[in-house]
Amino acid sequence: MAFLKLSSPHAHGPMSTPRVMRLVLLATLPGIVSLTWFFGFGTLVNILWASLFALAFEALALKLRRRPLAFYLSDCSALVTAFLLAIALPPAAPVWLIAVGIGFAILICKHMYGGMGYNPFNPAMAAYVLLLISFPVDMTNWLAPRGAISVAELPGPIDALLRSLGAASTQFDAVTMATPLDLLKQNDALLLDDLWAQSPQFGQFAGLGWEWANVGFLLGGLYLLYRRVFTWHAPVSMLASLTVIAALFYDGGSSASGGSPLFHLLSGATMFGAFFIVTDPVTSAVSNRGRVFYGAVIGILVYTIRSWGNYPDAVAFAVLLMNFAAPFIDHYTQPRTYGHKPRQNREKS
Amino acid sequence: MIQIRDIHGGIHPPENKLQSLGEPIRPAGIPAQLILPLSQHIGAPAAPVVSVGDRVLKGQKIAEAKGFVSAPVHAPTSGTVVAIEPRVIPHPSGMSAPCIIINSDGQDEWVNHQGISDYTAVDKNTLISTIREAGIAGMGGAGFPSAVKLSGGQDKPIQTLILNGTECEPYITADDILMRERAGQIIAGAEILRHLIEPQETLIGIEDNKPEAIAAMRAAAEGTGIEIVSFPTKYPSGGEKQLIQILTGKEVPSGGLPSDVGIVCQNIGTAQAIYRAVNHGEPLISRVTTVTGNACGSPRNYEVLLGTPVQYLLDQSAFNASDCIRLIMGGPMMGYTLQDTAVPVVKTTNCILAPTVEELPPPPPAQACIRCGMCAEVCPVSLLPQQMYWFSRAQEHDKLEEHNLFDCIECGACSYACPSHIPLVQYYRASKAEIRQAQQDKIKAERSKERFEARQARIEREAAEKEAKRKARLEAAKARQAEAVKGDSKQDIIQAAIARSQAKKSGDADPAQAAIARAQAARNGTAVEETREEKQQRLEKLLASTTKRLAAAQEKLAQAEGNNDDNIAAFRTAVEKTSAKLAATQKELDELKSSTDGAAPTDDPAAAAIARAQAKRSGQAPAESEQEKTQRITAQIASTEKRLAAAQDKLATAKANGDDKADAFATAVTKTQEKLDALRAELAAITPTTATPATPVEDDPAAQAIARAMAARAESAGMSEREKAEKNIASLQARVEKTAAKLRAAQESGDDNAEILATSLDKMRDKLTAAEQALAALREEEN
Ligand code: SF4
Ligand code: SF4
Repeated sequence: MAFLKLSSPHAHGPMSTPRVMRLVLLATLPGIVSLTWFFGFGTLVNILWASLFALAFEALALKLRRRPLAFYLSDCSALVTAFLLAIALPPAAPVWLIAVGIGFAILICKHMYGGMGYNPFNPAMAAYVLLLISFPVDMTNWLAPRGAISVAELPGPIDALLRSLGAASTQFDAVTMATPLDLLKQNDALLLDDLWAQSPQFGQFAGLGWEWANVGFLLGGLYLLYRRVFTWHAPVSMLASLTVIAALFYDGGSSASGGSPLFHLLSGATMFGAFFIVTDPVTSAVSNRGRVFYGAVIGILVYTIRSWGNYPDAVAFAVLLMNFAAPFIDHYTQPRTYGHKPRQNREKS
Repeated sequence: MIQIRDIHGGIHPPENKLQSLGEPIRPAGIPAQLILPLSQHIGAPAAPVVSVGDRVLKGQKIAEAKGFVSAPVHAPTSGTVVAIEPRVIPHPSGMSAPCIIINSDGQDEWVNHQGISDYTAVDKNTLISTIREAGIAGMGGAGFPSAVKLSGGQDKPIQTLILNGTECEPYITADDILMRERAGQIIAGAEILRHLIEPQETLIGIEDNKPEAIAAMRAAAEGTGIEIVSFPTKYPSGGEKQLIQILTGKEVPSGGLPSDVGIVCQNIGTAQAIYRAVNHGEPLISRVTTVTGNACGSPRNYEVLLGTPVQYLLDQSAFNASDCIRLIMGGPMMGYTLQDTAVPVVKTTNCILAPTVEELPPPPPAQACIRCGMCAEVCPVSLLPQQMYWFSRAQEHDKLEEHNLFDCIECGACSYACPSHIPLVQYYRASKAEIRQAQQDKIKAERSKERFEARQARIEREAAEKEAKRKARLEAAKARQAEAVKGDSKQDIIQAAIARSQAKKSGDADPAQAAIARAQAARNGTAVEETREEKQQRLEKLLASTTKRLAAAQEKLAQAEGNNDDNIAAFRTAVEKTSAKLAATQKELDELKSSTDGAAPTDDPAAAAIARAQAKRSGQAPAESEQEKTQRITAQIASTEKRLAAAQDKLATAKANGDDKADAFATAVTKTQEKLDALRAELAAITPTTATPATPVEDDPAAQAIARAMAARAESAGMSEREKAEKNIASLQARVEKTAAKLRAAQESGDDNAEILATSLDKMRDKLTAAEQALAALREEEN
């Protein structure tokens, strides 16, 4: 009888990369549900388009690179990129915008660098930044949330689809509004409380709808933590540093104030970024210590760009900046190996 | 109570231990044939002390330890040694190694053995050697000879003795069941170890998934002061370094040993074996091995004689081969696959795992690394497995070492956790092997570099010695010269030779040599004074030395011919070659000069000398503006002249000796003369300004030589034997003189050839003496 000659270990854990990816997709659900609830079907339409394009571009890239289609497509990594970009884009974004973004993410950011695992930048965030810089108008065209407008004004599935195709139906005339972060940024006269009172976009803690979307992503993130898809280090340190810096610069609500820590935690892409972007293993630092540092700097950068930069939301920029720094962080945060003396000279942070 | 620490990382694979714990330990029985590898431990293989055909008894030593880190092997049952040959041994590579094969006789007859009733009463070294002689090697998996650990501990103070009952690998229950059933023996063994090491504390670490074992051990250890410590189950807590960290918080320094931090660690199975060896005098001939996996119908633990083929165990365990695609020796995390069920159970075999395909499916194809860090998360050594994976793929050995690849214990936790199913450990093993190989190659390269340098140094030293010798010779020669002035007959000869050589140099010796000598003298004379370009100097030097060599070769040839030597042909070739070289060198030199000096070859002493020589012969003045062709022809003429001179000499000598070849030589001379004439004519043709007057016969050295030779022949024709002998002696004497002169010159210039010359001079003198004796005999006869 012939036995296989195999190298140890012979047992393998239950986790597999496609499973990790599917868990991530699953974990985006609470956030997607709340986005849909508050902003209509635009996000779902985004996801639909993005997924289609992502699978198409991925297949194309694999074909060009002569890789087995089924094996690599089944790892679901393209779908994850699609979901993440679709969530980050304004709901019911134009289909061409999505195509350009996904094309850039999959073809340039992922496969040009050698495919999954080799990309130095988070594809979804790189594509987001590219679109934001190239098409700022389309990228800041956020629909108004439920509560600020009547339910009838929210786009339904057909409306959203038509809008994404650039053919808005006559009944549905999308109402777009500045996001709370925009408002805060542009505000230089009103006390925060007054701003709050004047603008329908604000909700209980932060932006109307936004706060719940953030809570949704937080839930999804906690689920992933529970499933041990990633470690707590990067997201927790990012949220902590954002909280700390927001608290430092929060003066109780003057017109120059940057918003409360809670506001920042529940605004824009904070939670989405913390649990779905910062945790992207490929582009972050590798050691836990490195990830703490990586997350912390992202938190600070997010606040810095939100408050003093040119763009109202900053997660994508902050993440890309730290993607650059990840190898450097890795170099200085190599964990102390068992039986080795701590390396004083290489300690950092 | 001991404070438990956690180790970094770790995993919780399904334990799968219950299957094999249902039944007590059962002796596996005596197979018909036992295969005992000489190397069942870490270190040097044992050396057989039995021969094929010997009958051996159970417990009899059949192979002895070779070196300090080694362990002997004993016969597990009585029987006959039927072979000592390579067999497939338990090893990841499936390799073969020397084994002693015993056919058991079924009588299981013990050799005389006896335990030590009170081990506290015997010397510790005796005790350690008892353990050593019992062939006990770490039974937890590594197989490090136990006695080595014990003897090594004596120079370092040991605070803690740790017995490892962790057994963290899934499936394996050999230690668990041993602790359950033989706790007393383990504790007794632990007492012996305590007695030997005298630690401040003795800890037995057991994972908390073995409550029965813990209870049994606690009961057995009651009142001994040995502490049974249980801690949370996590793979790989049972690694020696990990267990030390868990129980003491200390870390064994990288590359160090537990004794460096005051700890000795032994497996509980080893402790039991030590007890058997000390108290009962039984060497290590059997062990408890788990046979399990879903392909085994009846998984359980066996007491197995070492050397028992795996197949023998599988046969007893209702093994279903059709379900099983891999057979593992050891556990699912660190065990290795077997290709052959004939391999024997050895001292380190704690488990035979026969899983079904569903149980341990073959690994799916690896996906790309997503840098998820799960591998780093679980690494008990706090390495960065994914980084090492990238470096390993890129073969960046420096980076790998920087990332402490060699601290990897190959526990497999990273591979287990990797969601992309990357066989990480396989990469590390391969890289480790590569790095080790590279290091060995480097050592080899360094050694050969050392060897090369040593050789270089020797050559230099020898060169220096040679130089010193040469100087000494020079000094000696000078001294001799000084002495020679006082003059006895022999030295007169030498002096005459020197005089002649000087005369030769000044250019008025016999005409054949004269041209050459003149050319050489002129060259030697002027070349040094005048500063020339380097090449020219080199060429001139070459020319000079070649001329010398030519002269030497010609002389040798003459000598050889004189003696009717066998080597004549060889010498002739040498002469011809040398003269050809001389001509070539001359030509090159001429060309060089004509290109540097323009058309002023008269400035060149060598060319001038040759030209003069030629002019003298042909009565022709050197052409004022010689073209290249002229130069070439001139050079040719010069060399032809030389050859002619040589040929004439040869002819002369041949005639003098009445040689048969004289005619041939005469032809050669004629031919050479003809060629020379043709060349001259050619030269005359291109230099019509200088008309060629008829050469006076008496001035022609060639004709002179012929005349002389003919005269000599005529003379010898009428000579008696005695006269011939006298003539021979005369010519020998002349040659002795010549050689002596050359020797002198060589000694003066510190030439390396001096020794050779000295030898040939000696020989010549011998010949001379012989000839003189012959002459004396002749004279006597005549009288
Ligand atoms: S566990 Fe596997 S996929 Fe994840 S970082 Fe390690 S090697 Fe890469
Ligand atoms: S095999 Fe090596 S790298 Fe992997 S977890 Fe074990 S010690 Fe760490």
